Amino acid sequence: MLLNKTGKIVEDAFVRVADDAALPESAAVLISAARFLADPEAILRREAPTGVVWPNNRNVEALASYLDRLALVALDFPKFRDGRAYSQARILRERFRFRGELRATGDVLRDQFLFLMRSGFDVFEVKKEIDALAFAEAVSRYSVFYQPAADGRQTAFRQRLIRATEGSRLLARAAG
Amino acid sequence: MYRYDDFDRTLIAERVAEFRDQVARRLSGELTEEEFKLLRLMNGVYLQLHAYMLRVALPYGTLSSDQMRKLAHVARRYDRGYGHFTTRQNIQFNWIKLHELPDALAELAEAGIHAMQTSGNVVRNITTDQWAGVAPDEIEDPRIYAEILRQHSTLHPEFSFLPRKFKIAITAAAHDRAAVKVHDIGLRLHRNAAGETGFEVIVGGGLGRTPFIGKSIKPFLPARDFLSYIEAILRVYNQYGRRDNIYKARIKILVHELGAEKFAQEVEAEWVAIRDGQLALDQAVFADIAARFSYPNYLTLPDNPPELAAARKNKRFGAWLGNSVANHKVPGYAIVTISLKPVGAPPGDATADQMDAIAVLADRYSFGEIRVGHEQNLVLPHVAQRDLPELWRALDAAGLATPNIGLVSDIIACPGLDYCSLANTRSIPVAQELTRRFSDHEQARELGRLHINISGCINACGHHHVGHIGILGVEKNGEEFYQITLGGQADENAALGTLLGPAVPYAQVADTVEDVVKAYLELRERPDEIFLDTVKRVGIEPFKERVHAAE
Repeated sequence: MLLNKTGKIVEDAFVRVADDAALPESAAVLISAARFLADPEAILRREAPTGVVWPNNRNVEALASYLDRLALVALDFPKFRDGRAYSQARILRERFRFRGELRATGDVLRDQFLFLMRSGFDVFEVKKEIDALAFAEAVSRYSVFYQPAADGRQTAFRQRLIRATEGSRLLARAAG
Repeated sequence: MYRYDDFDRTLIAERVAEFRDQVARRLSGELTEEEFKLLRLMNGVYLQLHAYMLRVALPYGTLSSDQMRKLAHVARRYDRGYGHFTTRQNIQFNWIKLHELPDALAELAEAGIHAMQTSGNVVRNITTDQWAGVAPDEIEDPRIYAEILRQHSTLHPEFSFLPRKFKIAITAAAHDRAAVKVHDIGLRLHRNAAGETGFEVIVGGGLGRTPFIGKSIKPFLPARDFLSYIEAILRVYNQYGRRDNIYKARIKILVHELGAEKFAQEVEAEWVAIRDGQLALDQAVFADIAARFSYPNYLTLPDNPPELAAARKNKRFGAWLGNSVANHKVPGYAIVTISLKPVGAPPGDATADQMDAIAVLADRYSFGEIRVGHEQNLVLPHVAQRDLPELWRALDAAGLATPNIGLVSDIIACPGLDYCSLANTRSIPVAQELTRRFSDHEQARELGRLHINISGCINACGHHHVGHIGILGVEKNGEEFYQITLGGQADENAALGTLLGPAVPYAQVADTVEDVVKAYLELRERPDEIFLDTVKRVGIEPFKERVHAAE
C-alpha cells in the first residue's frame, strides 16, 4: 500500500519490471539500479517516466547526473533498524536537489513516518494497514524540531532567535 | 544551570505522549516484543533479568535540587526506593513496571527530565566534565556545546537508526575528567595560537570487546563548525558502519578497518559539502543558549576562611576536606564530591532519602545545583569554603561523607549479574568485598590515587580496560572467573591495561587485588609515586612475580 505525504492512499503509477523482462515503451517503470546503470541513456530516452530502486549500500552519487531525468527513486529499508537510506534521502534532496518522487520501501512502520518525511521522502510503501490509518497522528506528533533537515522546517534554535528579535522590536516600539 | 524553555518542555511532553502510545500498542499486542524493543530502547527502557529498567538522562551530568527531588519521588513511587547513578552521568531505576512507565516519565517531564536516547542505536547523552563551569583549569564551559549538541541530536531524523550506539564526550580543561579518548567522538576544547576557540576531534575510541583509544582526526576545528563536522562523521558512519555483526558495528571498527587517515578524508569530503550550510554555528544562537545557563551570584569571599582552620582540628573532617574537596575557580568557594561508595555498598547507588537529603544540602550550600560524575559520584559544585564544616556534618549524618574519592575503594562497577541480562558474572559483590578489604581510610590515603574498575562481562560497562586495576568477569565452565589488568587510564593519557595473568576464581579476586597493592607498596619509589606511575615505570613483570609468589 502506498501513501503520499498527506497520508492519502495512492495508486502506484509505476510498474516494477524484472531485470530479465522487456521494458514497456509507454508505461512508467521501476527498475533495478543494476539494470539502469547498464545503459542509463537508452532507458532515459524512452517517452514514459523512469524510476530506479536504489540499494542502501551503494553511494547515491552514482545517480547524480541522471536525477533531473528520473521521476522516482525508491530507497530501501531491508529492516526497520537499518537506517542507511535516511542519509541517502537527505543527500539526494539537499545536495543533488532531486525533485522527483522519493519512495520508502521495505520495513516501513508508523514510528518512522516523521523521520522519513523530514529526510525528504514523499511516498511510503507501508507494511501494515493499521499504520496507514495512523499516518496523520504519527506525522503531527511533534511541533518542535531541533535540527535542520530536508523538510526545511524552522529549527528551535532559529525560532528562539526570531521570537527574541520580535520581542525586542515590540519593546522598542512600546518604549518609543 | 540550563533551564529548559517552552520549546524543550513541549518536545519532552510530546515524546512522553508518543511513548505512552507505543506502550499501549505493546500492551494491546499490536506491536510485537521485537518491534517494541527498538522503540523502547530509544527511550531508555531495557528488559533486564528481573524487570524493565529505565535509564533517565541527566544531560552533561547537571541537575537541580528540584530535579533530584523528582528522582527521589520516582524511586519511591515506581521503584524500590533507590536509584543507580551510571558512568555516563545518567540514573537507572531497576524495578519499573511497563504499564507504569508512561506515568513515571510524565512525572519526570514535569521537572524537565526525560529518558530520550539513553539507549538504542542513537547519539546518547552528551557527557562532559562534572566540574564544568567551576573548574579552575577549563577555558570555557563545555556544557554550552553539549547542550547545543543535545538539542541537535535529539530525535534526529537521519541518525535515529545508526549501526550502533554513539557516545560523545566533551572536555574543556587541561585535565580530562570526561574520558574523551574512549568515546565514539571525543571533543577537546582548546585555543589555537591566534587565541580562537576550537576542538580537537578524536574519533573511534571505545571499550567493549574490542577496546581502542580514539584517534585524533582534526587537531583544530573552529567552534563554528562543530555541528557540521559531527554531522559529517555521523553521516559517514551511518552509511558505511558495519551492520552485519553487532560486535563490529561501533564506529571504532569502521575507523580501524578504513584507517584513521582514510576515515578522516571521507569525513572531510562530506564536511566540505555541508560546513557552510545551516549547521554553521551562528554567534547569536550560541549566545542564546549560553545565556540560558545561569551561574550563581557568588559572594566576595576569602580563600581559607577562619571557620575552615578551626574545623581542621577534627581529624575526620580534615580527612574529608583533603580528599573530597577541590579548588573552585571563584575565590572562597570549593567543589565538593559526594562519595556514593560507602564501605560494603553497591557503587553509585543512592536511596530516595539520600537524594532528598542531597537536594536539601544543594539548596542550602550549592545554589541548588548538583552534578553527576562518570565515576558514579555526585558533586555539589558551588560550596562556600566557610560552609564546609557544616556541610560535612550533614553529609556525615546521611552516610555521604566517605573520604575515599579517587582512592582504592572509589570503585566503578557495572550492575553485573545482579541485574543485567548480558552479564556473565557478578560485579557489585566483588566491589563490595574490595571496599571491605580497604575500609581503613588512613591506609587507603597512604596508597594514594588508585582507580579500580569492574565489568561483569566483555561489554565493559565498568570500563575495566581503563582502570588502574581493571577487573573483568568471564564465565568458565559455568563458574565466575575474573581477569585482572594493570595500568589502564581514562584521562588525557588514556591507555588500556595489561593482563596480569590467568583469570582467578570469584573467591580469589579480593586476595589477588590485595597482593597487587602489596606489590605496589614494595615497588614504588616514593610515597607520592601513584600506583599507575609505578606500573608505567616498572612494567607488569615485577607485579606478575610478586602476585604469583603470593599464591
